[in-house]
Amino acid sequence: MSRVQYNMSLAGQPPQALSMWQKFFVFIGLVGLSILLLATFNVNFPNKGLWLFLSLGGISVGTIGFSWALYGDKQAGIKNDGVWFKSISSKGILGWVLGVFLTLFYVVLYFYPQYIGLNSEGENTGLVALFDPLSKMLSGNPASQWFMYGTLYTISILIFGIKFIWKYRHSRYEIIRTSSVMFFQTAFAFIIPEFMARLNGDSLQLPYYDLKNVWPLNYYNFEQYRIDGFLNSGTIGFVLLIFGIISIFIITPILTYKYGKRWYCSWVCGCGGLAETAGDPFRQLSDKSQMAWKVERWVVHSVVVFVTLMTTAVIYSYLDYDASKYWLSKDVFLGLVALLLTLVFGWAMLYRREELQKDAQYGAIGYFVIILGLVGIHYMFGSQLFIFQAETLRTTYGFLIGSVFSGVIGVGFYPIFGSRAWCRFGCPMAAILGFQQRLFSKFRISTNGGQCISCGNCSTYCEMGIDVRAYAQKGQNIVRSSCVGCGICAEVCPRGVLKLENDTPKGRINPKDVLLGNDVDLMNYVNNK
Amino acid sequence: MNHVVIIGNGISGITAARHIRKNSNKKITVISAETDYFFSRTALMYVYMGHMKFEHTQPYENWFWEKNNIALKNAFIEEIDFQNKKLTSSQGETIMYDQLILATGSITNLRGWKGQHFEGVQGLVSKQDLELLEKNSKNTQHAVIVGGGLIGVEMAEMLHSRKIEVTILVRESVFWGSVLPKEEGKLISNHIESHGVKILYHTELDEIIADDNNRVKAIKTKQGNIIDCQLVGITTGVKPSISFLENTELDTEMGILVNPFLETNMPDVYAIGDCAQQRQSINNRKPIEAVWYTGRMMGEAVAQTICGNPTKYNPGNWFNSAKFFDIEYQTYGWVFSKPDEEYSDFYWQDPKKERALHFQYHSKTQKFRGVNSFGIRLRHEVADAWLNNNLTIQQVILQLPEANFDKEFSRKFSKQVQQAFQEAQSPQL
Ligand SMILES: Cc1cc2nc3c(=O)[nH]c(=O)nc-3n(C[C@H](O)[C@H](O)[C@H](O)COP(=O)(O)OP(=O)(O)OC[C@H]3O[C@@H](n4cnc5c(N)ncnc54)[C@H](O)[C@@H]3O)c2cc1C
Ligand code: SF4
Ligand code: SF4
Repeated sequence: MSRVQYNMSLAGQPPQALSMWQKFFVFIGLVGLSILLLATFNVNFPNKGLWLFLSLGGISVGTIGFSWALYGDKQAGIKNDGVWFKSISSKGILGWVLGVFLTLFYVVLYFYPQYIGLNSEGENTGLVALFDPLSKMLSGNPASQWFMYGTLYTISILIFGIKFIWKYRHSRYEIIRTSSVMFFQTAFAFIIPEFMARLNGDSLQLPYYDLKNVWPLNYYNFEQYRIDGFLNSGTIGFVLLIFGIISIFIITPILTYKYGKRWYCSWVCGCGGLAETAGDPFRQLSDKSQMAWKVERWVVHSVVVFVTLMTTAVIYSYLDYDASKYWLSKDVFLGLVALLLTLVFGWAMLYRREELQKDAQYGAIGYFVIILGLVGIHYMFGSQLFIFQAETLRTTYGFLIGSVFSGVIGVGFYPIFGSRAWCRFGCPMAAILGFQQRLFSKFRISTNGGQCISCGNCSTYCEMGIDVRAYAQKGQNIVRSSCVGCGICAEVCPRGVLKLENDTPKGRINPKDVLLGNDVDLMNYVNNK
Repeated sequence: MNHVVIIGNGISGITAARHIRKNSNKKITVISAETDYFFSRTALMYVYMGHMKFEHTQPYENWFWEKNNIALKNAFIEEIDFQNKKLTSSQGETIMYDQLILATGSITNLRGWKGQHFEGVQGLVSKQDLELLEKNSKNTQHAVIVGGGLIGVEMAEMLHSRKIEVTILVRESVFWGSVLPKEEGKLISNHIESHGVKILYHTELDEIIADDNNRVKAIKTKQGNIIDCQLVGITTGVKPSISFLENTELDTEMGILVNPFLETNMPDVYAIGDCAQQRQSINNRKPIEAVWYTGRMMGEAVAQTICGNPTKYNPGNWFNSAKFFDIEYQTYGWVFSKPDEEYSDFYWQDPKKERALHFQYHSKTQKFRGVNSFGIRLRHEVADAWLNNNLTIQQVILQLPEANFDKEFSRKFSKQVQQAFQEAQSPQL
């Protein structure tokens, strides 16, 4: 049982300061980190493998030890004491410093990899070189900045995943969900692609493929060089290509129908994985205002429109050149895209009015913009100008959305905008899954009759900025396209009001005026009026 | 235009205002002296513990009120002229009303202890209390909380989060023994103590002792024990906040007396929420119910009446919930702490985890009367249906899985409970 240490000088003060053990493990972690930093500034370590091990080991031991010092002597339960007093988790100075540091890291990683030692001509130096031994062990090749990043990313998910599990150890949902995220990151994003690279040779030219990444998250998946890579790799390549297509049109909708978009966003996805683990201390920083919700819907849906047009244009641009390999001609392809979109749009408008509600106008606008875009592609593509544009379109997207948004702002700004700014405002995959979740899914967050006391814990800790309380206090189920099903609202609710569940689609959306507990006649009178 | 004035911007007053707005275009003014905007009183503890900032406790964004044409006024009403339908604020401002809703809530019930006015003695009801606690808990090493109830345990958890040593004085032999039967009282007491909070049972406050600066330095119990402390939390209950209504024509007792339509004895004046006292109590309920849910229901009912659809306040089955450190508690129907000849108990406690269920039912008819749950979430709708449909205890136990509202992948409990129930029912071999 926990034994409280009463420190006289601290009594009565908000819990901000670190304990002795916490300080110790922060120190160990910083030592590990500083090895990376020294390498960045070109300190040439003699035995790279050993130093890399020491560094990553220090960071891991530091983080896991810190979690132990933080939660080990406390009983299982909600651990949010002092969240809004601590500088790092309440947009204080420490939060800003960390934000700037992370952002700088991303800027260098994406745009100036030479500064961290990437050298495509000769030997790597600096930070990237430190990762060479590990990379050679896995894929046989020297490290790239992406390999270094992937390693750090995976380790973050693993060590902060352990911290997260420790923090939420009273909840089996959270334990199982986090284990899943840790597994998918390690196996699918990290190890398998490296082994695939090892298999590559003359007969096999598989592109780097993280199998759990589905279009439009891997917006580049259908580019010519990848398609060629798949098609030149025999059966395996062909199967992978087909898998990529099936994932979009069959696997994804079925899983979302059964479980909601959480099956991906908070159980499998790597971006979500980092947000749920390393980003957990910042989840409360998301903006809950209605204004933010409006901005979210415009921005994220614009990204979907953009990515759809872009991918169409990119595929369109190479279809013709290799006519023998594809039965698809440019125009058949455009026609198919238009037909598919029309079918989806028509179905939603006809059969899903209730679910769509106000979002119908967004859907309509998005649909017509895409159709216009398709028409534009058809008529203008011939001109040199448009081919150039298709390519620029893609690089611009890669730059703005793929790098700046997902990395620099998405992760770099964790301590400012919360952990899921990218997932909420920028991710096209989340938008498409959200559309499915809203329109045809068994998933919802049920509210428990009249038990809500409007305390606001749920809304505060929703990383997606959903005002959960607004629904709960009306006894209304939460059916929101942006909900990633992290389950934290249900954890922090002190009255057991919320339950994530999959149930029959009927009665999922249930507007109520008067809550359970009241006179039955009044309930019927008001609710049915 | 018809002007509805509501005194009090708590859950009851605000619910009334929102529903009146929905059903009419009357002019609505909500007056409060505590805060500019409605906030959730139940969340005060989370602000002190750093889980939330105060603004997070406000369920509506600030633009909401203007958009919905509900006028807010920060003022303290000192006088009501019921004949001329006129309110006067402490600033001397006057406000006319056509209909008046009193939703003034409660204040801490100080029982007249010697020394209760000293610095460092306080309750926890208002936002001002929260600010005072922030001040009082600076340099406090040891706090004594008087009274083990729902606010008492919240205050203990709050102070505990700031590493202040806490001792709670309770009159009964278990925590919240006036409401909880012995079994779960024990479970909860043990849990609170396991967090390092001390509970003194069968102990009552006698007097509060101060130092030379009139700051509390110790308390004395009825047994004559002296306990050093720098803070005394009074959580022995609340009482309606109606002192400004004394010596008026309004009929009051402990609270403002109302009939089932929530009408007071004065025309066009209604009272709802914590400050209202039913002239006749409704099915086993106390005449004054100081809980969130009833305040909300009264607000809904009075709004109907004011909008021309006279509606009695007629609450359904009793329910409530709370949290004792890490153990969540819910209750549906009635489970009484005092043994009752005509009723039987079935109590189940998980041998491995801190969770339990306590059912009470009529011994002869076997009719289910209510359930307490600890560390288990039950589905309100299902439990409500059990009560409305007069199910027997056997049927309830059989239908237990349907009532499970625990998070996905939580360890199930129904089978264990059903087995234990069968063993308890079958005659000993
Ligand atoms: C710490 C705490 C925790 C609680 N937790 C729970 C819980 O978990 N579950 C539950 O069911 N209940 C809980 N309650 C009880 C619940 O909060 C109350 O029953 C509910 O808030 C009462 O609402 P109300 O609208 O009647 O009054 P209040 O919310 O008290 O609002 C009354 C308002 O009127 C103002 N006022 C009074 N007189 C005047 C005047 N003359 N002029 C101007 N303004 C005036 C007051 O300042 C106050 O702002 C808790 C209470 C407290 C204090
Ligand atoms: S609503 Fe709940 S489950 Fe959904 S994203 Fe927000 S906190 Fe997570
Ligand atoms: S946390 Fe629970 S009680 Fe609090 S507002 Fe949300 S649903 Fe209601």
